[in-house]
Amino acid sequence: MKNNPIISFNQVSKTYITLDGETEALKDVNFTVGEGEFVALLGPSGCGKTTILSLLAGLILPTSGSIFIRNKKVETPSREIGYMLQQDYLLSWRTIRHNIMLGLEISKQNGKESYQYALDLLDEMELSAFKDHYPNQLSGGMRQRVALVRTLATRPDILLLDEPFSALDYTTRLRLEDLVIETLKKRRKTALLVTHDIAEAIAMADRIIIMDSNPGCIKKTVNLPPSLTKTLPFGSREVPDFQKYFQLIWREMNEND
Amino acid sequence: MTNPINSYLTRGAKSNAHAAFLKRHRTRNFVIRLVQIALFIAFILFWELGANYRLIDPLLFSQPSKIWAMFAEMLLKGNLHNHITVTVIETIVGFILGTVFGTAIAIAIWWSPFLSKVLDPYLVVLNGMPKVALGPTFIVAFGGGYGGIIAMAIAISIIITTIVVYTSFREVDSNLIKLAQTFGANQRQIFGKIVLPASFPTIISTLKVNVGLAWVGVIVGEFLVSKQGLGYLIIYGFQVFNLTLVFVSLFIIAICASLMYQGVAALESKLLKNRE
Repeated sequence: MKNNPIISFNQVSKTYITLDGETEALKDVNFTVGEGEFVALLGPSGCGKTTILSLLAGLILPTSGSIFIRNKKVETPSREIGYMLQQDYLLSWRTIRHNIMLGLEISKQNGKESYQYALDLLDEMELSAFKDHYPNQLSGGMRQRVALVRTLATRPDILLLDEPFSALDYTTRLRLEDLVIETLKKRRKTALLVTHDIAEAIAMADRIIIMDSNPGCIKKTVNLPPSLTKTLPFGSREVPDFQKYFQLIWREMNEND
Repeated sequence: MTNPINSYLTRGAKSNAHAAFLKRHRTRNFVIRLVQIALFIAFILFWELGANYRLIDPLLFSQPSKIWAMFAEMLLKGNLHNHITVTVIETIVGFILGTVFGTAIAIAIWWSPFLSKVLDPYLVVLNGMPKVALGPTFIVAFGGGYGGIIAMAIAISIIITTIVVYTSFREVDSNLIKLAQTFGANQRQIFGKIVLPASFPTIISTLKVNVGLAWVGVIVGEFLVSKQGLGYLIIYGFQVFNLTLVFVSLFIIAICASLMYQGVAALESKLLKNRE
């Protein structure tokens, strides 16, 4: 899996500088992600998880070290990346149809075929009937599905998921986890999930990178067994290995505290 | 129940409880409207009769019947429409330009944070300054015709528009901007697709404020200089001590200003009907 990394972080550090001084957000971060792999970054708040995503998305530049996507250095936002934020952030003044076109409009993928692709995705999420509705007429779960369509519409190879389910209720969240995994696996997308929820990380990921804070760095990487990676997130929670790994990761995260 | 009043008040009811609710709601609205009309009639009657019985000095405050008679006479003779047209056009032009220029400045300072920092103290001073005090300067600079008066109307609304619109640009959720950036949006796209549409309700609501401000600017401008317009009629009325003429003008201003305000309010609800 690692012979062909799509993402690689080499000795990446990030320091934020403000009038009050410096804050070291990340220190010497090294990891790679293989094509089609689903990796979860798990850690307490303030460990620089979101900084990693912002760096990868090309929104900010590292203080030192370098980041590569398919051997190309990341310096600006790239087409390969699709970013899902903590909330859906649908534009209230646009209909669902026009919301899912936002990325296409901005990246000037104005072809009929691109629009049709987005509408087909919407259909796949069973939201076709709502394409002329406004976001405020949809439930939280539906809105997050629309956000997923908007992200996938530009056909990124890599998805960055920044706690995308944190604003949803538990039932909706479990259903969406399955839907996201199914959708991504089907298209062989690579994904990087940021979360502080151990169960979510185990249920969704192939591999978990545990992070530590002050400054943010990688503490340990845990490869999950096929019994957990081959099962959809909801089913994973029933597998005996789930508890075992939960305990293991729990212990790992609470060490030296 | 076949009582026609009752069935009118409960029309469209879905159930008995809903009917009772509708009836209460509609009766209340009806009473409010009734009291509003009664208040108006009482005011006019008091004014009219008060003037007849010398409770109010008709020389100073005129009288509804006289105002109405003069209004009708001037309207029939065609003396009024020129004044109305001039003032309404000046107001509309001043209002539109004030809003457009104010928004344009807001866009410029949103675009350049440096410019925004530089201009900040100037905006504070200009906002605090009573723009009416600049009136004589405008008349010297732009002439006594339309120019000076429209300049007055613009001056009075432009700074507040800039400040309000710029504030709303800055209050746009930074996550929406981040969202656009993840798709690789440039500054122009961020503005066009996110910031401007997100601030649209605020811009529309400044229109409502600016209608009122444009009226102030135009009337003051006409006080100072003009040879026509409703503000001119007021000043002329005072000079020849024809207070009836002053009240006729005020009456027309009240109607025109309300119509314009209603027009903007209608535009607002049409443009914003799909917003949260």
